[in-house]
Amino acid sequence: MKKQSVFERLANAPHLVWSALFIIAPLLFVVYFAFTDRDGGFTLENILSLSSYSGTFVMSLGFSLIATTVCFLIGYPLAYCMSRASEKSRTILMVLLMLPMWISLLIRTYSLMALLDNGGLVSTFLTRLGFQKLTFIGTEGAVILGMIYDFLPYMVLPIYTSMTKLDKRYLEAANDLGCNGWQTLFKVILPLTTPGIVSGVTMVFVPSISTFYISQKLGGGSFDLLGDTIERQFQNAVTYHTGAAISLVMMILILISLAVMNKFSDSEEDIIV
Amino acid sequence: MKFLSRFYMALIFFILYAPILVVIVFSFNGSGSLSHFSDFSLHWYRELFRDGEALSALKNSLFLAVTSSVFATVIGTFAAFGISRAKRRYYQVAVETVSKIPMMNPDIVTGVSMMLLFVGVASILKLSNVLGLWTMLIAHTTFNLPYVILSVLPKFRQMDKSLTEAALDLGCTPAQTFFRVELPFIVPGVISGLMMSFTLSLDDFVISHFVSSPDFKTLPLYIYNQTAHEVKFSMYALCTLLIFVILILLIAVNLAGSAEDRKLRKKNRAGAKGGRG
Repeated sequence: MKKQSVFERLANAPHLVWSALFIIAPLLFVVYFAFTDRDGGFTLENILSLSSYSGTFVMSLGFSLIATTVCFLIGYPLAYCMSRASEKSRTILMVLLMLPMWISLLIRTYSLMALLDNGGLVSTFLTRLGFQKLTFIGTEGAVILGMIYDFLPYMVLPIYTSMTKLDKRYLEAANDLGCNGWQTLFKVILPLTTPGIVSGVTMVFVPSISTFYISQKLGGGSFDLLGDTIERQFQNAVTYHTGAAISLVMMILILISLAVMNKFSDSEEDIIV
Repeated sequence: MKFLSRFYMALIFFILYAPILVVIVFSFNGSGSLSHFSDFSLHWYRELFRDGEALSALKNSLFLAVTSSVFATVIGTFAAFGISRAKRRYYQVAVETVSKIPMMNPDIVTGVSMMLLFVGVASILKLSNVLGLWTMLIAHTTFNLPYVILSVLPKFRQMDKSLTEAALDLGCTPAQTFFRVELPFIVPGVISGLMMSFTLSLDDFVISHFVSSPDFKTLPLYIYNQTAHEVKFSMYALCTLLIFVILILLIAVNLAGSAEDRKLRKKNRAGAKGGRG
């Protein structure tokens, strides 16, 4: 084997230094803050105090699981329909799907709020129809709807990508061998698009469980999700240590669930497209 | 079946776009109501442009997006080269995994961890008010890096090794080989990494929220502050402008892409004909 040249060896050096300083070191700081008190002494107090936040953990988990499930139930058929369209309309559908991903999440959440606000179009329309005055902002439904609305494209895109990679001959073979439509779906299409599903689920679940803007805007401040809690702790230097502890636990939970999910898909599929 | 699938797609895309359309339409509403469109007016746009803060936020955003994406692209391209050349497999995997951490972690954790780093280091060095342009630049470069590596590394792996070997055999130094043979081949990956970094940086709110200071605000931070308490119609105007800019960019990229496709196809066809003739 040839020896590596100096250039080859040094090419990666800036990146290694950068990663050590700005990826590894910040995480070490999170750990440090999570296990120390304000005087810098070691303490388990921050981690132990998290039990008072167990309600927040459960609610965040619940909200984001519901949002992820609904996104999957809406997104999977959508990806399927898109993959069956003609080549020309697929280009247009792709642009339609990508455009919301390019628009800032703040703008999209804000626009959903405009629609759902008291005196907004939806409530005015429903009142005209004779319904009682309904309030959406500040309900669980609005927060979950916000998550679904904001992150649906991130579910559809990876599933769509793995659908288009699917060899059509498999479907013909399943058909020839006597599968009906549902059997083909469950025995052939679903298993073969698992990598897409896994990255779609990840891309919806992770931002949903850590969001704070959606719950602030659409929850009207009445729901404290994990993101809100963390964000509040970092407004004031006194509570940095609790904030670091919550972040640490959330990160570990997410990394574990990512690892578990990646076991389901052994392909080296890229998460982004 | 065909009708059903068309209907379904139309329905979902309608729901996806309805709020955005509402914002666009009501940004032109003179009366400032969310349910009744009274008269067409550019009132909110005038109000937006009178606001100096919005313009300086735009300037900050563009400056930050350009510098951080260029930094990330330079560091990331060399890193991808280094990773693809590393002899030991476990080293490759380790470096790739670490570089992907900001991509896997929720944004809020990345933001919080960088903030703690900056604040912690500042308190060790007895500095105050470290947050600002520099911390933003570092944070944006950091979260852009994995996307650059991810779009450049496959190009290095696809590349025919014999080209590099030929260049080396013909007397190029490894550095010359990199700049004359490998770089031209990986340019498409570099460009897509650069563009992705640019848009990510322009778009980022969560990480910036934690590492910024009030005197260096980007556009998303400005929108966040403005929308914190009340509905502001000048924000609808700003959102409308941003949506149109994005739409035009997206169409331009797509047209450029399909034009290139056509050129490529034409070339291939010409090549095939030439071969036959």
